[in-house]
Amino acid sequence: MAKIQIKNLRKEFGDFTAVEASSFTIEDGEFFMLLGPSGCGKTTTLRMIAGLELPTSGEVVIDGEDVSQMPASQRDIAFVFQMFALYPHLNVRKNISYPLHSQGMSRVEIERKVADVSATLEIEDLLEKPVSGLSGGDRQRVALGRAIVRNPKCFLMDEPLGALDAEFREHMSDELLRLHNKMKATTVYVTHDQLEAMQMGDKIVVMNHGVIEQFGTPQQIYNTPKTMFVADFIGSPPMNFLNFQAKLKIGTTKIKLGNQTVDVPELYQETSGNTVFGVRPEHVRFTDNTGYRGIVTATEYLGTNQLVTLDTANGEIKARISSSQKATVGETVGLGFESQKITLFDGKSGSALRSALNNDGANNG
Amino acid sequence: MSKSSISEPTRGFKWIAAILVAFYSLVTIMPLLWIVATGFKSSADSIAYPPKITFQPSLEGYVNLFTTQTRQTKEFMAANPPKNWYEEIVHSKGMVIAGPSRFGERFLNSTIIGFGSTFLSVLLGTMAAYAFSRFRVPLKDDLLFFILSTRMMPPIAVAIPIFLMFRAVGLSDTHAGMILLYTAVNLSLSVWLLKGFIDEIPREYEEAALIDGYTRFQAFYKVVLPQAATGIASTAIFCLIFAWNEYAFAVLLTSGTAQTAPPFIPTIIGVAGQDWPAMAAGATIFLLPVMVFTILLRRHLLRGITFGAVRK
Ligand SMILES: Nc1ncnc2c1ncn2[C@@H]1O[C@H](COP(=O)(O)OP(=O)(O)O)[C@@H](O)[C@H]1O
Ligand SMILES: [Mg+2]
Repeated sequence: MAKIQIKNLRKEFGDFTAVEASSFTIEDGEFFMLLGPSGCGKTTTLRMIAGLELPTSGEVVIDGEDVSQMPASQRDIAFVFQMFALYPHLNVRKNISYPLHSQGMSRVEIERKVADVSATLEIEDLLEKPVSGLSGGDRQRVALGRAIVRNPKCFLMDEPLGALDAEFREHMSDELLRLHNKMKATTVYVTHDQLEAMQMGDKIVVMNHGVIEQFGTPQQIYNTPKTMFVADFIGSPPMNFLNFQAKLKIGTTKIKLGNQTVDVPELYQETSGNTVFGVRPEHVRFTDNTGYRGIVTATEYLGTNQLVTLDTANGEIKARISSSQKATVGETVGLGFESQKITLFDGKSGSALRSALNNDGANNG
Repeated sequence: MSKSSISEPTRGFKWIAAILVAFYSLVTIMPLLWIVATGFKSSADSIAYPPKITFQPSLEGYVNLFTTQTRQTKEFMAANPPKNWYEEIVHSKGMVIAGPSRFGERFLNSTIIGFGSTFLSVLLGTMAAYAFSRFRVPLKDDLLFFILSTRMMPPIAVAIPIFLMFRAVGLSDTHAGMILLYTAVNLSLSVWLLKGFIDEIPREYEEAALIDGYTRFQAFYKVVLPQAATGIASTAIFCLIFAWNEYAFAVLLTSGTAQTAPPFIPTIIGVAGQDWPAMAAGATIFLLPVMVFTILLRRHLLRGITFGAVRK
């Protein structure tokens, strides 16, 4: 089991930079999420941790040892590939036992380990089958079996559920978590699905264009996004952004939004010019004692909740309110915000302004 | 794509297709059958006019192919009666066996040179193709184009320089020289064919093996080679067919020790003119190795590429 430190890791392909100097720490036993849109450098980062790709600069430190220039075969890590990459010419048993043969383990020992692993994953019946006929879920299990059979320092998984059907994905993610809780092995898990990351991860790194936007727990990332990109990428629907012009001083607790005064968490930083008011849909409510108004343009019924889209003077906004509340298209309603949950962003750079909400220092990436 | 192209062909269409294929097969296989049949004819039957479709089979052609014979006096023949079936065939023509012919040696030469150069072409080709496919080779595209460009002119166009070079370095009429030449000619084809096949094998397989604790070379021969079996088999067949059938260089560069079967077969001339059955017998035997080789590798050719375990 291992602690993994990533220090200023950087990867260039020719003159294209796939990963900009990134740093984060994965604690021993953590289920760690690398989250970001397609092409942002998640796989490249994971491959550098694995040793399949050598970094242009920076360090990968596993358990205090700098392994940056060490070949993959000596790092004692397991990798679950995006498309599983089971050896097509070997059957399930041989696929699982393959990593053990390279260690020169005895036949009896190998037999025993394969039996253990296949019992854990409930794939005993499949052992003698060729891998080509297996269903997606079974392939996934065999790939996991091959990874866990040799008790590696850590597991690296590249979108392991991406190749599965939607209905099966949930089942497999439960199974993965159960396995993780049992083995307590450090796991780095790559995904582009924010919901999956929020549900499964102990910690999340959000990447965009090779840059780490934020690093923290799912709660920190959801509640106190550090950039507009994170606020927009996390949550479904994403955070609402209302644009306004302002000149704000340190200590500000009230802002002017469309001629109405709105409370915000105390600001620890001054700003001027184009500013963005960020609020999650569940922090928007309908109220009569406000002058801030919006026109309902659409409603979406979601069982106990409903999602109401409104037009305001500062742009479109979505509110998640109780289904029992009435919302009719075309109606004008007053809008209130849960003031202590508001994040203000600098409209130019997209970064969050420091405030009483996000200045706890715990979520610095 | 139009709708009709994916719908099931009609019954009538299938019949027409089957008849056309059968007719074509018949036309192409006819000369081959004729050669095989001629090998089993007697000399007289082989030149009979009109040609004989049915005949009394005889092994005379094969015996002539493998032996040299001389005419002997009646007294000698009477004093030395034939001891076995092939001596008897020869005796019946009023001849005796003087010794084995050169055909065995030439056939062995063909085998050594053909399979030797095929083995080398495929071995070197696989390694080069793997390197081109997986590593950042400087000037990769230029090198690949250069390799291909060696095929742009017919190899025989450089026959004279090669003849002179071979003579200068002492490679004329040697097995090593012929193996080297055929390997050089086949290598470009082999690199290109195999690179195509290896490009198709997802890298993840080798990377999985690297992660599983194997070295790059172990990953290559334990994971990549089995996956490339189809490509290796078909490349080997192409290389063998070229080296086996090659005639022009063989005529030019070999005359004795290293002479292969193709230049030798036409030189089988009987005492009384062309010995067609012996030549046909030679051609028949000559066809066998490539046929057997292809049949042995057929399993790999037909098995197709098993990429089933990676979903694309
Ligand atoms: N071997 C490579 N050569 C050149 N560019 C690459 C290579 N691998 C990845 N890239 C580029 O680096 C970027 C990040 O890729 P990747 O890490 O696979 O993204 P992700 O896994 O987040 O979708 C992409 O733009 C991709 O095209
Ligand atoms: Mg990826």
